[in-house]
Amino acid sequence: MSTVAETQIKLTPEHDARPGASVRSRLQDLLPKIVLAPSFAATIVFVYGFILWTIYLSFTNSKTFPSYDITGARAYQRLWRWTFESDPPSSWYTSITNMGIFGFLYILICLALGLFLAILLDQKIRGEGVLRPIYLYPMALSFIVTGVAWKWFLDPGLGLEQTLHQWGWTSFHFDWIKNKDFVIYTVVIAGVWQASGFIMAMFLAGLRGIDGEIMKAAQIDGASTFQLYRRIVIPLLRPVFLSAFIVLAHLAIKSYDLVVALTSGGPGGSAWLPSNFMYEFTFKRNEMAVGSASAVIMLMTLTAIIVPYLYSELREKPR
Amino acid sequence: MSAVTSPARPASSGLSARTINRIVIYGLLALFAVFYLMPLFVMLVTSFKTMDEIQNGNMLALPQSPTIEPWFKAWGETCVGLTCAGIKGYFWNSIKMVVPAVLISTLLGALNGYVLTKWRFRGHTLVFAMMLFACFIPFQSVLLPMATILGSLGRFGVTLQNATGFNFGLGNSTVNLVFVHVVYGLGFTTLFFRNYYEAFPTELVKAAQVDGASFFQIFRRIMLPNSMPIFVVTVIYQFTNIWNDFLFASAYAGTGDVMPMTVALNNVVNTSTGVVEYNVNMAAAMIAALPTLIVYIVAGRYFVRGLMAGAVKG
Repeated sequence: MSTVAETQIKLTPEHDARPGASVRSRLQDLLPKIVLAPSFAATIVFVYGFILWTIYLSFTNSKTFPSYDITGARAYQRLWRWTFESDPPSSWYTSITNMGIFGFLYILICLALGLFLAILLDQKIRGEGVLRPIYLYPMALSFIVTGVAWKWFLDPGLGLEQTLHQWGWTSFHFDWIKNKDFVIYTVVIAGVWQASGFIMAMFLAGLRGIDGEIMKAAQIDGASTFQLYRRIVIPLLRPVFLSAFIVLAHLAIKSYDLVVALTSGGPGGSAWLPSNFMYEFTFKRNEMAVGSASAVIMLMTLTAIIVPYLYSELREKPR
Repeated sequence: MSAVTSPARPASSGLSARTINRIVIYGLLALFAVFYLMPLFVMLVTSFKTMDEIQNGNMLALPQSPTIEPWFKAWGETCVGLTCAGIKGYFWNSIKMVVPAVLISTLLGALNGYVLTKWRFRGHTLVFAMMLFACFIPFQSVLLPMATILGSLGRFGVTLQNATGFNFGLGNSTVNLVFVHVVYGLGFTTLFFRNYYEAFPTELVKAAQVDGASFFQIFRRIMLPNSMPIFVVTVIYQFTNIWNDFLFASAYAGTGDVMPMTVALNNVVNTSTGVVEYNVNMAAAMIAALPTLIVYIVAGRYFVRGLMAGAVKG
């Protein structure tokens, strides 16, 4: 804890010594809080207040316009019923199954690929300064932009399939983006492409932070490179794994433009994630209460991941 | 025998194994570089091709007769929905939204960070935690109330317009988006500055206080001159995020002349009328990408730092 606040209290009498300065010095004391207040108030109202408002709406019968008569948990009951409506799949069933597939593969592949690339780059590579920005640039571009290229690339008539046909591999077939059972996997490919470079950078920073002495000692003890990484380096990277997981989990739950840009929702909404479900039901299908309920469920999922993490990060650490 | 050969063996076979090792490593790294560069490469080459060449040629081939025509068409003529005046108007919409939003949120973040580290009060951690949590929420959970409020403010703006002849920016999509981005960007900017100022020597602030410097004097004379790196990081981070935003943009400025670049681009690409002009689409996408791409190329280091700061610890 800093001690400025205490120092300041000691200083107050000095200010008071000057005649007529007492109001000004009181103001000076309050100034920090006055400066912070608008931001904090905005957060309270526009984040927490609005969340409560959304929760409230989810218990009403709102359709096209918000209605403020509480009508019970009907929206949640419908979502719950849809959760098990797999044949034919309800939009909600599709969205949450997609979330499961996407979330699992996206996080897993990004972690694996990110770690793999970081380890490769950490082998005293010439040209690291060129390679790193190449791996990372997708994070700087909107997926609305790069989705244009991905869509083209994955399109069977124009992209990869067509190209390989021209090169003579005519039996090659790749139409996932048009196939309602596989379209979500194209979202995984594009998502991994976008985020894995950043995860690589996180792991690389972690690797660079490891004490070289430990590595040297292990090498002297005759550990092979593989053993070195498996037994020593990867366990030491645990905090990075945690941070990377949090980043990926929250990106996965928030993913929205990925699906819109790449698939426009996929055939019959088959590529929807809960974020797309929320948007469509709220703004296009005039089911505001259901949309709000799905937003609340998204929020609760994220809260369950983020709050323990923030708590452990912000707890007063012994210094 | 083994005693004789064993010291020699690792040296000789180690060398060749090492070479193979290096080749494999560089090969893999190059392969992944191709994977990451592919979409950008496809966009770039296609945007310089004629439609003829696109239909008959290979996606990955370099343009045979490079033409800049698609870029001009994307900028000034292509159809966004029903208006065919190119994407230039939407590009400026984005600029008009990004610049104030970035400046305001960054400045507020700097002040917040300053207060939360150097003028601490009881409960400062809780205040910070509450602002930080706001970075992580799925924006779907605030989307609808904000739409309602912006709608009412817009109607109020019309009333004001009729009464006073001036609507004070109420109901203006750009103003709305600036407001939304400032509010939901505050958590990040505060986080950046708070973490940066945390490491800033408190003694300096104390000394200045003893000398009678006021709250703002300390901020202006001591904190700001030492905050250049974090300003760069924050500005770049906010710029990239706000320029690339699609959810808020499509919810609050999703139709008409007021669309920001991302929404307009999505409309260009998904317009189904007539022949799809892939070269023009790609050129439009490149134009939309250029500002963030340039920032990334010029100051990528700071961009990565921002991502990292946003990712790890509070």
